[in-house]
Amino acid sequence: MSTLEIKDLQVSVTTDDGPKEILKGVTLTISSGETHAIMGPNGSGKSTLAYSIAGHPKYQITGGSVTLDGEDILEMSVDERARAGLFLAMQYPVEVPGVSVANFLRTAKTAIDGEAPKLRTWVKDVNGAMERMSLDASFSQRSVNEGFSGGEKKRHEIAQLDLLDPNVAILDETDSGLDIDALKVVSDGVNRFRERENKAVLLITHYTRILRYIQPDHVHVFVDGRVAESGGPALAEELEANGYEKYVLAPR
Amino acid sequence: MTVTEASRESVAAVLEQDRVESHLNPPPSYDLTDHPVPTGREEVWRFTPIKRLRGILDGESSADALTWQTEVPEGITISTITAEEARDLGELPPNERPAALAVANAGGATLVDVPAEFASDEPLVLRLSGDSVDDLVWGHLVFRVGNHAEVTIVLVHTGSARYCTTTSYVVGDGAQVRILSLQDWEDDAVHLGRDSIRVGRDANVRHAAVTFGGDLVRMHTNVEYDGPGGEAELLGLYFADEGQHIEHRLFADHNAPKTKSNVVYKGALQGEGAHTVWIGNVLIRKVAEGIETYEENRNLVLTDGCQADSVPNLEIETGEIEGAGHASATARFDDEQLFYLRSRGVSEKEAQRLVVHGFFNDLIRKIDIPSVEEQLLATVEAELAKNVLKEI
Ligand SMILES: Nc1ncnc2c1ncn2[C@@H]1O[C@H](COP(=O)(O)OP(=O)(O)OP(=O)(O)O)[C@@H](O)[C@H]1O
Ligand SMILES: [Mg+2]
Repeated sequence: MSTLEIKDLQVSVTTDDGPKEILKGVTLTISSGETHAIMGPNGSGKSTLAYSIAGHPKYQITGGSVTLDGEDILEMSVDERARAGLFLAMQYPVEVPGVSVANFLRTAKTAIDGEAPKLRTWVKDVNGAMERMSLDASFSQRSVNEGFSGGEKKRHEIAQLDLLDPNVAILDETDSGLDIDALKVVSDGVNRFRERENKAVLLITHYTRILRYIQPDHVHVFVDGRVAESGGPALAEELEANGYEKYVLAPR
Repeated sequence: MTVTEASRESVAAVLEQDRVESHLNPPPSYDLTDHPVPTGREEVWRFTPIKRLRGILDGESSADALTWQTEVPEGITISTITAEEARDLGELPPNERPAALAVANAGGATLVDVPAEFASDEPLVLRLSGDSVDDLVWGHLVFRVGNHAEVTIVLVHTGSARYCTTTSYVVGDGAQVRILSLQDWEDDAVHLGRDSIRVGRDANVRHAAVTFGGDLVRMHTNVEYDGPGGEAELLGLYFADEGQHIEHRLFADHNAPKTKSNVVYKGALQGEGAHTVWIGNVLIRKVAEGIETYEENRNLVLTDGCQADSVPNLEIETGEIEGAGHASATARFDDEQLFYLRSRGVSEKEAQRLVVHGFFNDLIRKIDIPSVEEQLLATVEAELAKNVLKEI
């Protein structure tokens, strides 16, 4: 069992005019076996939440706590968090020129497991994970994310989810920019992950269409750096019909 | 090919243009009085810490030599010729004092003769090593590559010396030549080198300068063309540590139409006082219509206290060209790249190691000399171990 517990999390970024508060007290508990969906308008702070949990240096935590199974992860370095079982599929995966996907995956797997994967099964595992994401085997020899299409980058993130096998996966708009076939492929990948034991998923999205493939147990409406409302899957349908209007303050 | 009036004209123009001077490069001459001892304020010397040349530019005569170890594929011969004979073979005359001194003091040149239509999978390897920085060594080498020959030439410099040398590659028509000059000196060595390349008609030359070692290394690579259709790819990789001065100066002289030059140099710097200089000069003469040139220099600064100077220069005397461009960038580690790798569990140091390898990888692949690729990767690794991966 793992539990990711976010309590009253407050986060700022540095701007030219001084610090700007983005997260204004986020509280959320995600336990293994659960899938939570976060929906919210552009700029409401969803990616900020995801990056802050992963430990991106751009974000300053000004208050609150995040624990994984009781351990304070805010005290951990970025890579320690990953080794503790966190995974972030990024909204904009980063290109790393000259580093092959194969080398990257092997290095990451070795770091996470604390030992090098067995050569024979590993190659098979990688090929399988790529194939399940409809990525040609030749991707292994390409530089990480370099020249990948938007959809290929997202599928590469889910291939990593498959291979690195974390306990808690945060998926930041993994569905954005996917055509309908890719959406299906990615959803299948996430669902296979969910079927494994003790996995927790936090899925950030703008669209209910992915929620038809990946059924969430909880839906949270995220507005202006906070969770404005939480509910079951029905909440997503309601958002689809009515938008965020009732949560966003009417302009004065 | 029939000689048309137009190309007759351009040949005549080339001859005329021979005397046109580039403001970026002093005029070539064998005469030492044309190359006075620099003060350090000259444009071509302003980046170089002249004191650390340990008196090389005084031009004392010396009989010291490097130890040569050679692997010579069958068909290639090595002999000794006089400086006059080297001149007659068509080497590019010296365009600065060190090269002129090397010709004057070496007492003749080593001629490496690659016959026309030579072909072999085996590279020609010359391993030159010095015993001590007290040794002052003058070098003069000429590589003559016959028409349509295909050859790989590897020069490896190790040990220590004060080595001042000029090396000419006179490349015949249609030849395919790959050259690697590896400077893997010990910490105190001083090396002033000039590689000049005359690219034959429709010939293709890929020259790579790889510099890791030495207290001060200053390398020139000069290219000229013997006719249209010649292509030169000039690659470079360097890694400067604490206190090291590594300088690469490129000059591609497009003196013939339809020629190409492509320059890619990448360097990493680490440690207090690590200094690299890259000067990329390209001259497109009036006659050089339809040419294509691109030059690029990228530096990765790994620690504080380093300095990377990077100066691309393009002199264009005709607008009738296919393309000309340059790029120069000096950067530190990219936080987003490190974050991405670390978010997959990879430690900070390991992530940095991956990024540096990635930075050099495509270049090492481009150099494409399988017999040294492993060694280059291993040397990059050893350099990284000095700083980036050092456990504190
Ligand atoms: N350096 C910065 N300076 C000023 N504002 C910033 C800075 N970085 C982020 N922000 C702001 O923080 C807010 C939250 O951004 P975030 O990326 O978390 O939103 P999001 O909910 O993920 O939006 P989207 O749905 O568009 O992905 C935005 O308004 C953004 O402009
Ligand atoms: Mg976002």
